[in-house]
Formats: sequence, structure tokens, C-alpha cells
Amino acid sequence: MNWLDTILQGILLGGLYALFAAGLALVFGIMRLVNLAHGDLIVLGAYLVMYLVGALGINPVLAALFAAPLMFALGWAIQRLVLNRVLGPDILPPLLVTFGLSIVIQNGLQMGFTADSRRISAGPLETASVDLGFVTLGVMPLLTFASAIAVILVLNWIFYHTAMGRAFRATSDDPVTASLMGIRPKAIFAQATGLAMVVVTVAALYLGMRANFDPTIGPARLIYAFEAVIIGGLGSLWGTLAGGIIIGVAQTFGAAVNPEWQILSGHIAFLAVLLVRPRGLFPRAFD
Amino acid sequence: MSGLLQTRGLTARYGDFQALFGVDIHLEEGECVAIIGANGAGKTTLMRSISGVLVNAAEQVIFGTDLIGALPADQVMARGIAMVPEGRRLFPSLTVEENLLVGAHGRKTAGPWTLDAIYDLFPILRERRHNPGTALSGGQQQMVAIGRALMSNPRVILCDELSLGLAPVVIRDIYAALPRIRAGGASIIIVEQDIGQALKVADRVYCMMEGRVTLQGRPADLTRAEIHDAYFGANA
Repeated sequence: MNWLDTILQGILLGGLYALFAAGLALVFGIMRLVNLAHGDLIVLGAYLVMYLVGALGINPVLAALFAAPLMFALGWAIQRLVLNRVLGPDILPPLLVTFGLSIVIQNGLQMGFTADSRRISAGPLETASVDLGFVTLGVMPLLTFASAIAVILVLNWIFYHTAMGRAFRATSDDPVTASLMGIRPKAIFAQATGLAMVVVTVAALYLGMRANFDPTIGPARLIYAFEAVIIGGLGSLWGTLAGGIIIGVAQTFGAAVNPEWQILSGHIAFLAVLLVRPRGLFPRAFD
Repeated sequence: MSGLLQTRGLTARYGDFQALFGVDIHLEEGECVAIIGANGAGKTTLMRSISGVLVNAAEQVIFGTDLIGALPADQVMARGIAMVPEGRRLFPSLTVEENLLVGAHGRKTAGPWTLDAIYDLFPILRERRHNPGTALSGGQQQMVAIGRALMSNPRVILCDELSLGLAPVVIRDIYAALPRIRAGGASIIIVEQDIGQALKVADRVYCMMEGRVTLQGRPADLTRAEIHDAYFGANA
């Protein structure tokens, strides 16, 4: 086992998991909603990008740019029409509704696109690599990781340097007092879910270009995303990236020892972090 | 009765529990009115009802000529009624300056109150502008809460329990800002348990007990005995 190579590949894989997780963290951070359909929405995004690539004959990145506003609208509508109605002091109704949404999306995709395994073709990019001498890194994983960092930088900028971000944080702190500031919490929630779906589109682009996907793989993506969020501790999106990296490195190490252990070792790392830091690495200061 | 803001037969409830029983108060343009009463008298419920946190029948709260009793808080705020909530309720994730800025989120009306004007009113906040709101002392937090409400240049400002949990010297500083707030054009309703303080600053006083107004009038016209009876009940 080449240790350095394994670690680097794991870190880059963590970028993908951070992309899966960032949207989930955003929604959970603002409205304490665990969206069990998050993984399926990523898969839905991948199908949308794939469809646009085929229908318009454009490259996947451009297709994702077209898909992003559609996904924003979808997130906004789901929040407005469905989730805002069930958000409240009881956490069970939103869980049940997003669980139902997950099933609807999976079955809808199977009806629309069959259960066949698909892939978004990225041409020569798929196999391109950079040889650093001591280790060779794939261009696609590098792009994924760079995109994860870009997504976090942009989200942080929105959070800390715009009126929208200020309203997000105020609503997250205290929705009743936020409404006294003229903020409509339900409108904020819809914007936040829309924004999360834009992040989901980025995640979907890389999910679709890096591996095969079919309508049923969403829940497994949700678990990786959820673990990254919990390890990160909800205090910051950089924590979510750290969470993604921990799972990614654990998985590549597990796979290096025995390919059967890849998934398992990610979950074990998650449990190990929770044993040491039950509130995650970077917990929120106020809860 | 007319005036800038009034409640008419306000009967607020929390589910099955009725907290107010036909409360009528009114506030004239430029006036400062104090609501006094013991814990549980319904003062905070009254503030929550006017500000829209508690939704009532439309005609129970009237602002100018508009029936606003059924409007949610964000729409009430947009019309120019700002609230300094009980317990200050600063946003812990926001800095002092962000707490002030968010106060104008739903109503960006030109007027005397800007970030600079608030820093002139409470100079200590300018020094602490980049601190988290919750890193401040209680009195400074109260200044932020007042400044946050002023940022929307409201026509009415509701102040719920300004002096709660603050030292007397700090309370004096906070109340010293009241004349300048009135000079800026805002009419004020203050809720206060400290009767002396309320009588000192208010043009008129309402005393509440068990969800009803039991006494009202100008401070000079009310005797200590009357207030005592209205506050604690005649047989207390």
C-alpha cells in the first residue's frame, strides 16, 4: 500500500462527499430539517444533467449550468408546497414527508429512465491525470475537490457578506424574533432549499461523471452526506469538508487493505469520531 | 377614540387559555404610553398581539385606519411597528452591527435612524460593532435591541421590559435615550414592571391585571393607592 497515494486519493474523495453534504448541512443548519430525500435529489440532478447533455448536445458542465436554476426552482417549490407545511416543533412529520419524497423520486426516475445504470460522459477528462512524480492524481477527483472548496467559499460568502445570508443566520437562531425584523421565515426556508439544490446540482454533475448511477443509489449517498455533516458538527461548512475527508480517507484505506472493507471502514470512522466527539468536530456554539 | 395605534376588545389566547379579555388601549402620534402590571397581567401578550407574533381578529388591532390584528409579524413590522422584545433576543450568530442591520430587513425607510445615528445614540456599540451580540453586557445588549428596532425607522416602537435584569445605573442610561427616540418621531409603548420608571417617562399609563386594563390615566392624575389597587387588586 502506497500510504501517501491512499491518503491523497481519500482526501480528494472527501471532496465529493463534502459536495453531497453541503446542501444537507445548509438545510439542516437553517431549519433543523433532515431531508431524507437529499441523496435522491442528487440522483435526480444527475438525470437532469444527463438529459440536458443528450437533448441539447452540450457538455456536462454547461448542462449543469442550465440545470442549476431548474433545481433551485424545484427546491423552492418543494419547500413552499410541501415541507413548510410540516415544519414545526415535532421533528417526525418532516422526516416522514422527506422519506416519502425519496420513494416518489426513486420510482419516478425508474418510470422515466428505467432501472438501467447510466453515466454522464465527460470525454477524455474521465481518464486524464496529473503525474506528480511520487503520485498520480486524476483530473476528475482534483476538479471535484476544487469544486467542493469553491462551493464552500461561495456559500460562506453568501452567509457572511450578504443580506440574504444575514437573514439565513438570524432565522436559524430564532425564527420568531426574525419575523419581528420583517423576515418571513418560510420564504427564507424556500430560498435556502433552492440554494441547497444548486449545490446538489454541482454534486450531481460529479456523481454522474465519476461513476455509474441508477435511480436507487440515492439513499447510500445520503448516508455519506449525513455522516460528513455529523462529523463536521454543523458549526461550519469547513467542518463538513473535514467530515467528508475523514470518511473519504477511511474508505480508501479500508479499500487498500481489502476492497470489501471500503464502505464499512467509512462507517467505522464515523462511529469512532462520534465516540470521541459526540457533537462533531466543530459544533455550533448556540443550540 | 382615534389615534395612531389602538386595540379594540383585544382577546388574545394561547390555545384554550385566554390571556387578554377585551383590552382597549390607544396611542397618539408622538406619545409615550406605559403599560404596567405584575407578572402574568398580560403585558407581554399585549405586545405580542400588537406586533403580530400572536395573530388575532383583524379588527382587534388598528394602525391608522388599517385593521392589522390578523397580520403576521413581518407584515406588521413592514408597516412601521418595531418591537424590542422581552429578554432582548439578539441573534447569537450575528455581530452587533449585523444585529442592527437585520433590524431594517423588512422595512428600508429613510429617516433619522441609520447605523451612524445609532452609534451616536449608544457610542459603546461602535466599539463593539464586530463582537458577537451575545458577548456584550445585559445593558449593552439592550442597547443593541433598541437600535435594531430603530433601524427600520418605525412609526411605533414597542419596548417590552426594558429594565428586566439590569442594574439601576444601566436602566438610567437606557431610559436616557428615550427622549432622543421620541425626538426622532417614533411613538412609544413601553412595558415596565418598575412603576416609578414608567410614571417618570410616560405621558399616559395603563395598568393591567389578569388580562384586563384596570386603570388608566396621566401619571399626575393617578394616586399611589389607585395604582396599588389596580396593580395588585383592591383586596391585596
